[in-house]
Amino acid sequence: MSRRRALLSGAGAVPIIALLAFGLTRDASLIPSPLPGTPAPPFALAVLHASTAEPIRLADHAGEVVVLNFWASWCLACRSEHEALSTVAERYAGRGVHFYGVLYNDTPENARRWIAEMGGQSYPTLLDPGSLTAIDYGLYGVPETFFIGPDGRVAYKQIGPATEQLLVRQIETLLGTVTGEWQ
Amino acid sequence: MRCLGLLLVALAFADVGGATAQDAAPPAPPASAERAPTAAGRASAAWLEQQTRTIASQLRCPVCQGLSLQDSPTELAQEMRDVIRTQLAEGRSPDQVKAYFVGRYGEWILLQPEPRSFNLMVYVLPLVMLVGGGAVVLFALRRWTRADGAATETAAVEDQSTVNS
Repeated sequence: MSRRRALLSGAGAVPIIALLAFGLTRDASLIPSPLPGTPAPPFALAVLHASTAEPIRLADHAGEVVVLNFWASWCLACRSEHEALSTVAERYAGRGVHFYGVLYNDTPENARRWIAEMGGQSYPTLLDPGSLTAIDYGLYGVPETFFIGPDGRVAYKQIGPATEQLLVRQIETLLGTVTGEWQ
Repeated sequence: MRCLGLLLVALAFADVGGATAQDAAPPAPPASAERAPTAAGRASAAWLEQQTRTIASQLRCPVCQGLSLQDSPTELAQEMRDVIRTQLAEGRSPDQVKAYFVGRYGEWILLQPEPRSFNLMVYVLPLVMLVGGGAVVLFALRRWTRADGAATETAAVEDQSTVNS
């Protein structure tokens, strides 16, 4: 093979190899959401264990941090994050941080049974008939957790189970009091 | 005969034009005032269903592997089809409905990405590979046939030399 032909073959192959190598650096299962940085889609949803018919509105939490966790009783991964969510929600109660669960493709009866089985939930779960809010938030599956900042924008989206460390880090960032421990 | 051919071509174009106009916009309500509500309602419902199917077949089901919203039997796909139908019924254009889903799920939701910036690779690269590959094959074929011809000529010359000696 002449030197010229070897150079030409190399020049043709390098961009293709580079493109394939770029593809290998990306995880096809992690689809980036366009929502972080944009205003959080508004919602007004009824509460699962409601004593009144008054829905919970995102608009009522202007200037506060909202953690929105989509879950279902048939979701195995939701079991593993339940304790972390309940613990952190309790820790930040009354500090301008509101946790809400949003039931996804499930029945209220199953959800109540699941919560009782898990030993309770320290924050309210909201009902989303027709999954309109789930679609509004670009949900792929459960669990997914959205962190909404005091400015009303989606700050972060967690795909898969949330850990206590992640919850605290995101909340503290939004509260503007990140400590070295969580960074 | 020639006139007949021209007439057929003209009729064919007239038909295509009619079909395109029908696809682009909902059918106009019938002129008859007496039958208008029912017929218009039926036409509107049919248009809505057809547009919903068209849009759903262009969007990816988020919880499936390579299925469109139209083809997916999942509950989420059904709910997303309902959202498409509702938004169309509210007066949004098909492009606005698609833009809503792109805003929520990103461009990933489109089964056929928009041909711009990096996405152009999807459209251009196969063509470049096809043309490049074809050129390589043609070049190789020409070389092989030339080399084969030269080898045959050499063999023939050698045979002739053997016979002569």
